Order: sequence, then structure tokens, then C-alpha cells
Amino acid sequence: MDQPGIAPQDPPPPGRLRAFAAVIAGKAITLFARIVTAPRALWTGIEPVPAQRIYYANHTSNGDFVLIWTVLPAMLRRRTRPVAALDYWLARPLRAFIGRDVFRAVLIDRRPEQRVEDPVTLMVAALDQGDSLILFPEGLRNMGEAPLLPFKSGLYHLARQRPGVDLVPVWISNLNRIMPKGEVIPLPLICTLNFGAPLHLEPDEPKETFLSRAEAALLALRQTGGTP
Amino acid sequence: MTSPHLIYLLAGVAGILIVATIIGEVLRARIAPDGSNPVIENLNARIAAWWGMVVLLALAFLAGRAGVVVLFAVLSFAALREFLTLTSKARADHWALLGAFFIVLPLQYWLVAIEWYGLYSVLIPVYAFLLMPVVSALRGSPAGFLARVAESQWALMICIYCVSHVPALLSLHIPGYEGRNVILIAWLIFTVQLSDVMQYVWGKLVGRRPLAPSLSPSKTWEGLVGGVLTASAAGASLWWMTPFSLPQAAALALVVTLMGSFGGLVMSAIKRDKGIKDWGHLIAGHGGFLDRLDSVVFAAPIFFHLVRYGWSLT
Repeated sequence: MDQPGIAPQDPPPPGRLRAFAAVIAGKAITLFARIVTAPRALWTGIEPVPAQRIYYANHTSNGDFVLIWTVLPAMLRRRTRPVAALDYWLARPLRAFIGRDVFRAVLIDRRPEQRVEDPVTLMVAALDQGDSLILFPEGLRNMGEAPLLPFKSGLYHLARQRPGVDLVPVWISNLNRIMPKGEVIPLPLICTLNFGAPLHLEPDEPKETFLSRAEAALLALRQTGGTP
Repeated sequence: MTSPHLIYLLAGVAGILIVATIIGEVLRARIAPDGSNPVIENLNARIAAWWGMVVLLALAFLAGRAGVVVLFAVLSFAALREFLTLTSKARADHWALLGAFFIVLPLQYWLVAIEWYGLYSVLIPVYAFLLMPVVSALRGSPAGFLARVAESQWALMICIYCVSHVPALLSLHIPGYEGRNVILIAWLIFTVQLSDVMQYVWGKLVGRRPLAPSLSPSKTWEGLVGGVLTASAAGASLWWMTPFSLPQAAALALVVTLMGSFGGLVMSAIKRDKGIKDWGHLIAGHGGFLDRLDSVVFAAPIFFHLVRYGWSLT
């Protein structure tokens, strides 16, 4: 096991018992995700090999990053941290345990007026420790009919500050039908995750051009996913 | 429920798989030892998956009625998931579809387990088909309503109703055949699946004329005729372990292999319509559970009713 990453707002490193509980909880969560959605990973643009990456995906459900995390090979999973909302994940003790100890989430504060640390700084700090990230550049969950919401600029800033890291688009299909907004019980349909070819920021590429290129790359995976 | 005949059949299947495994390995060693030939790799993946499926079936047979019912309930669940992943649905259908997975499916198999023929034969075509659209309608959303309802109903018909007729064979009461009904299941699955395998083999060896090129490029007339006849002959030759005479066994084997082939064709049409090649990904080399079950789905209810009317007291 790797040492848990220490982001600035993290508590001190957990004790052995807590770390063990986190491993067991992680296995239980991935098993549950597999039973509920039988997730299928399609590596159409890139291979699941250990390389530092930012996986960026469409966001339709709170289960999104759990699925990406589940289908990653264990070796990659241990070095991959989701970027998640601090106000949600620290709201209750159990959530805080799952968010911080199991997923080792990079917790960012969505409320600019309250936050002490810049989200991009926190994510770059995680990258500098050698970890990969899971990021939802739409920012909020997509509840509408449009397949994808316009990206926030975080992805661009990460690409500019750490240009060597692969940006891997991941299209997650069907999760909005498995767990539509407002429903409590998931419908056990098959979920497909399509991992596309990595992107990098071109020299002097403007922010808007890069973000629309990143959006197009993600949307293109929707068509080539095989099962819907 | 163990009978020497079941052991013979399982031993025979294991023998066939040993031969197939040797052929697969020899082909790989002779033609592409580095695993570069996709046809040979797929063949070996299929054979490996067959071992798994046969072991699972054998364990269920040894576990008796409960084992068989639970196994087919799980297969139904996996098949239903594959089917409903592809059908049209709206948010308004969420509760109706949850009902299919978590109420209709367990209830159907429980009724099969307690042998309540009067209810398990109408639970889906009467109660589920009438009540599920009601649940969807109560939540509004008329867009594509008929298509949504019809596709969900077909999912239930194929994946729950038809599949449940395999374990339902255990509830038939055939005079002089008490305690051996599990052989009927083994015989049905053996005959129908052998027909699928032999269609693949005949098709690869001598297949020329496509059967339905717009539905499935790999199905040929030569494969169909060769597979159906070979498997019917094999099924007929096992008449001594069934309640049937030799000509009866041959006729039933012909019916189930033909129904199985038609099932494969119908399911190919659905896959083509939905733009997919396989139903799923969980059985290596084969695709999804429905890719393997499609022929059994179409053969099982017909076989069940023929045997029920012809041989059973219930």
C-alpha cells in the first residue's frame, strides 16, 4: 500500500486499524458497484497501464467516480484520487471516512467566499505526489437533457500547470438511467465506461479552444461506446 | 436427484470438452502459438467458458431443486439486465422496472419452486403485463409509451418467463420417471447447446450460403442444417435416459433444436436493431448471458408444454 496522500486540509495519517478498515470498505464498495451495474470498461483510446493521468468524465450521478475507481485495475486504483466537493464529503462522519480514507479524495471547497485553498493548487499538489486524478469538469451533476454541460476552467489550469500529465476522457453511459435524479433504489442495468485517447494542451492554445476540444473528445466517445 | 444417467451425461460432456480443449490447444500451437489468431483465441476462450458453465450446471444439479431454481433465477437476472440495458425507457418507468427485477423475477422462481403451475404460467403475461404499464402511466410521461411498455414486456417474456420454464421441468410428474426430472433439463440444455456449437462448427467448415445476411453474417444454411441434424441425432441417441421412445426423442430433439436456432435468429435481429454485436461481456468468448441463453429461451417453454401434455400427470 502507498502512503495516503496528504493534502493541506487532510488530518494526520490514519492509524493501522483505520487504514485496514479503509481497504475493506474500498473492496466492499467496488463489489457493490459491480453487482449493481456490472460495469464494463472499454479502453478504446488508451491502455490501463500505470501512468500519471487525469481522468475526466461526464457527471450524471453521485456514483460516477465510484464506477471509474471500480473498473481501474487495483494497481492504478491505489494511485488515483477523485476530486470531490468538501461540503458534501465532510458533512457526516461516515462520509468523511469514505471520502478521505477510502477514496483519498482531493476535497475542494465549492464556495469561493469560504475557501482557504485554491482548488487548482490542491489538485496540482496531489499530482506532484505522483497520484492520478478523477475530475468532473462540468462542475455540477448534469440533470438536464443536454448530454454534456460546458466545462469549468479547472481542467485547463491543470493542463497548463502540469503539461506532462495525460488528460483521459471517460464517457460513462447509462448511469443516469440506473439512478435517475430523486430515486433511491438503483436499477441494476449495465454501465459502460469508455476510456478515450489522451489529450494535452497545445503550446499557446487559448483556454476556450482547449476546453471545447476536451468537450468534443469526451462527446465523441459517446458514439463509439458499443453498448449505449 | 443424482442418477447414474446424469453422471454418464456429465462425464460424456466432460469427454467432449477434453477433446475440444486438446483440439484448441493443438490448433493454437500449430497455427499461432503467440496467440495472434483471433478465431483460435476466441475458440479457446469459448471452450474455457464452457468448462465453467458445465461445472456450474453440474453443481446446481447436485444441489437439487433449490440449486437449479436459484441458478436459473440468477441467469434470468443477468439476462434481464442485459436486455433492459438496451430497451427504450424513461424516468417514469423506474418503479415498474425495479418491480420487474425485485418482485416479478423472485416471485416467478418461487412459484416454480413450489410448483404452482396455475400462477407461474400467468404471473408475467397477465399480472406483470397489465400492472407494469399502470405503474409507468401513474407517473406520467407519455412520450414513446407503447414502445417502452412493449420492449419491457418482451424483456420479461424472454428473460424471466421463458428461462423459468427450464427449472419448471422439475415440477412435471411423469409416471415411472419420478426423481429423474433433472435429466430432462440436462437433456434439453445438452441438445440445444450442442446444436449451437455444431452450427458454429459446420458453418466454419462448409458454410457457404448465408441464412439471413442482414441479421447475422455468420449464420449459414449449411451450419443450420448440419447443426440441427447432428444435435437431433445426438439428442435422439440419448433416448434411453429420457421418458421418451427413440422416435419420440428424435422428434422432440428436432423441435427444440429448430426452436433454438430460430431463437438465435430472433435475438440477432434485436441485437442488429439496437446496433450491438453481443448482449454483454461477462462470459469470455461468448459475449453476454443472453448470447448463450437465446436458444434455450425459445426451446424451453415449447419443450415444457409438449412434455407436459404428452407425458405428465400434472
